[in-house]
Amino acid sequence: MSQSATPTFPKHLLDFRDWNRTQVESLLETAQMMQEVLSRPVKKVPALTGFTVATVFFEPSTRTRISFELAARRMSADVVSFAGATSSTTKGETYKDTLRTLDQMGIDAYILRVDAAGVCHQAFGWLQKPIINAGDGWRAHPTQALLDAFTLREKLGSLEGKKIAIVGDILHSRVARSNVELLPMLGAQVVACGPATLLPRSLPGAALTTDLREALTEADAVMVLRLQKERMDKGLLPSLPEYIAGYQITEERLGWAKPQAPLLHPGPMNRDVELEGTLADTPRSLVERQVANGQAVRMAVLYHLLVGKKS
Amino acid sequence: MIFKSKLLNDEEVRRALTRIAHEIIEKNKGVDKLCLVGIHTRGITLARRLGKLIEQFEGQAIPMGILDITLYRDDLTEIGLQPRVRETRIPFDLNGKAVVLVDDVLYTGRTARAALDALIDLGRPSRIYLAVLVDRGHRELPIRADFVGKNLPTAKSEVVKVKTQEDDGEDAVELWEMEDA
Repeated sequence: MSQSATPTFPKHLLDFRDWNRTQVESLLETAQMMQEVLSRPVKKVPALTGFTVATVFFEPSTRTRISFELAARRMSADVVSFAGATSSTTKGETYKDTLRTLDQMGIDAYILRVDAAGVCHQAFGWLQKPIINAGDGWRAHPTQALLDAFTLREKLGSLEGKKIAIVGDILHSRVARSNVELLPMLGAQVVACGPATLLPRSLPGAALTTDLREALTEADAVMVLRLQKERMDKGLLPSLPEYIAGYQITEERLGWAKPQAPLLHPGPMNRDVELEGTLADTPRSLVERQVANGQAVRMAVLYHLLVGKKS
Repeated sequence: MIFKSKLLNDEEVRRALTRIAHEIIEKNKGVDKLCLVGIHTRGITLARRLGKLIEQFEGQAIPMGILDITLYRDDLTEIGLQPRVRETRIPFDLNGKAVVLVDDVLYTGRTARAALDALIDLGRPSRIYLAVLVDRGHRELPIRADFVGKNLPTAKSEVVKVKTQEDDGEDAVELWEMEDA
């Protein structure tokens, strides 16, 4: 059997600062292979038998948590789930004490979602175990970016030289930040677009614009972000109708992009807010494909962070 | 690696496969409920050959499947390989079937063990046979082949390469020496 040596991977996936293109491409290649496993009648292999993985979510989540848990189970890992809302953290226990308590129970890897940026980095210091950031504050959501890149590559082939437009609330989006770290690493040019109040002052790796037409023109793909309606209360948007008038992705506006440029959305979607509701159901929409690919990508992440580490 | 010798030529490979095909038919008393499952990569080629021979001798086609065992290997955590997962496709019901698992070389037995696990995850065959073109010894598990083309005692520092017309442009079994051995 021909097997190639795998590059050495960081012991965590907190963001992409410690990852290089070779490692990311190798991981995406593994995700491709994991898709084959998911296409089998029995979608389960024993690759992670004997490992215990904990999903520790201090913030609510549906798709990310279930996607990770299924990914771990598809590879025969034992999975424990922890939800902050029903835990001792409600009695005042700190993140550190909670994680150290879990660690005494023989967890091999942690999938961590927190509302505060930086906790995942700290957790790696506290536990010295593989930590996968499943979303920390506004800062990073690396597996979402990986599944976006995987889905884009599946549709467009190489990302080299491709223009990817990210539209919406860039300022508060961890998905946007992770994509802006990852997509240029794979050769893409990223343009981030939104109202001035929802754009950061700078975002290394991306061009920033408030002009939607400029962002979409000649775009090879359009990634739409959820408009977090709670931002309305903080005066960051004059009104929802104004946002819709200026930034909603409609069929007409999607026409500014390259013909057949695909449409992505990390979910959950606010139909008829950030995008015209019916667009998500057209063949150009990769929304469901993103969800399906998420499982394969997360299987690959777990595989590379755990396999080779046991001995 | 350094080439040492050709152990089987095309004629000898053909004869070995013909004999195995006859043995499979004889041991099963026919081909009812028989199926072949090849292990990636050369095992699939050899299984296809055996399938054609059996059909030629018995006048009856038998089902053929392919199996990838990469993520069933018991040494994944030690070697930390970039997995090369290939297709697994068993387009028939394994339950109650007599399965002939086909691989090119039987060495430590770990691939065969992984293949047994992978197969049993997919169904419950009535029995499983193992057919290999070459048994080179050095078993690490209590596994033996039911059908063997050629027993070839080897040193651990040697590598046995099976070549097939379909995959490599010629049928041959070669012995190589690892340079850093």
